[in-house]
Amino acid sequence: MSAERAGRGHDGPDGKEHLDQGPEAGEGGRTQDRGRELAEKAAAGDRRSLSRLLTEVENRTRAGESALRLLYPRAGAAHLVGVTGAPGSGKSTLVSALVGEARKAGRPVAVLAIDPSSPITGGAILGDRVRMQSYAGDRDVFIRSMATRGHLGGLATSTAAAAAVLDAAGFPLIFVETVGTGQSEVEVAAIADTTVVVQAPEMGDEVQAIKAGLLEVADLVVVNKGDRPGADRAASQLRGMLSVGAQHDRAFGDRPRPKRPEVLLASAVTGKGVPELLAALDRRHLARLRASPEGGAGEAAERSRLARAEAQLAGILSERLRDLLRDGERVETTRATLRAIAAHELDPYSAADRLLASL
Amino acid sequence: MPERPVKVLIAKPGLDGHDRGAKVLARGLRDEGFEVVYTGLRQTPEMIVTAALQEDVDVVGLSILSGAHMTLLPKVTHGLREAGLDDVLVTAGGIIPDDDIPALMDAGISRVFGPGTTIGEVADYIRANVRRDDGG
Ligand SMILES: Nc1nc2c(ncn2[C@@H]2O[C@H](COP(=O)(O)OP(=O)(O)OP(=O)(O)O)[C@@H](O)[C@H]2O)c(=O)[nH]1
Ligand SMILES: [Mg+2]
Repeated sequence: MSAERAGRGHDGPDGKEHLDQGPEAGEGGRTQDRGRELAEKAAAGDRRSLSRLLTEVENRTRAGESALRLLYPRAGAAHLVGVTGAPGSGKSTLVSALVGEARKAGRPVAVLAIDPSSPITGGAILGDRVRMQSYAGDRDVFIRSMATRGHLGGLATSTAAAAAVLDAAGFPLIFVETVGTGQSEVEVAAIADTTVVVQAPEMGDEVQAIKAGLLEVADLVVVNKGDRPGADRAASQLRGMLSVGAQHDRAFGDRPRPKRPEVLLASAVTGKGVPELLAALDRRHLARLRASPEGGAGEAAERSRLARAEAQLAGILSERLRDLLRDGERVETTRATLRAIAAHELDPYSAADRLLASL
Repeated sequence: MPERPVKVLIAKPGLDGHDRGAKVLARGLRDEGFEVVYTGLRQTPEMIVTAALQEDVDVVGLSILSGAHMTLLPKVTHGLREAGLDDVLVTAGGIIPDDDIPALMDAGISRVFGPGTTIGEVADYIRANVRRDDGG
């Protein structure tokens, strides 16, 4: 760990990268070279390098990190659409249909599909591709599965970073399919520009929907499986419920309030409603791009951009701090601190303050 | 950083009617700690190569019962090489007569697992033979 640390590049005050001149600087340099090479090739359209780079990012390696430093300024233009909802509601099938719709217009599309890792073995089954098979050989469709690797919230730790890479690699439309969610896995709303919640009619009973924190973060709710009986009714129930909620909005004043999503009916299998869904997504994206930072939609967009920036920064900071705890030079101090906390001789707050003060 | 899981693609090329065996293998390998990309039935070689490339897997495990292994499996290995995925370990299983194995190995299949192979054996083989280019 300390060897890696010595070789890591840091941003100097002038914003340029500087290498620590430790004995391992050469190794750090090579890592950086690999990161730069992958970044350049991926941005130039080489899919093999893009794929390799996503692995580096997912594994949170130094090479991945140095590539991200280069690519981040080139990202930010894509429309990142989060797709979440209960297991089996049809997220993958619907994403696949949306990809097909976008391809009709010749638009490149990328998909990140997240599935849970076993907390016991660390293994995972990544099965979303089963529903996304029709685009083999189309180089403008890039689909990548990611395991959560212990991250809670419905995403993997590196999902936002992976999306930035796809963005910089020239994909203007990126879908992120979360793990099949319960009600608390709403993290996708923090990283996506637009959040789509998919519901199947048979799951659309009101109580379930009211309970779901999921609906509060939705920009669009899709009642999928519109080819099945009961879909119309589920959609109108949802609309009714959401409009009742909207009447209370004034009571929130300036405080954050639940979103009041549009409800659409679609069938991922027959394709009915899919063009309308893509059009609704595009409209939202355009509206955000056109909105001035002040007032209404623009203000909301700016708020969510800042929230995403904060989530990324906080994520990296906590990762760095964790690395620091496990750093070779500190490992003894850390162990002593942990023992003291475990024995209730020291409270974890004071321990954290002490650590931060020592930096 | 903890050891990252080995990533395996389990694919069924050809027109086999069911994928029970492949699903059992996928779940078994998950329980052995692998990240398993599962792509379902009726995969063309092109689909398998695309999935292997986009997922950056370490291993491609091909399960085939239809008898078409002598035409399909070499197409997959050829496609993988063309896509620059020479470092991916390719294994096969299903119903493959012993006589066909040497030709398949010549075509780039590293190992053919016969009927009755346990998941533990597959897992051990992968762990021992996977080629990993840990650039980071
Ligand atoms: N009738 C009908 N079935 C659908 C529709 N969309 C999806 N399905 C079926 O619903 C099942 C689940 O679909 P998926 O797309 O895998 O659902 P998912 O939400 O991605 O599932 P997880 O990723 O496991 O959470 C499959 O059998 C699909 O064929 C639809 O519009 N109509
Ligand atoms: Mg899915």
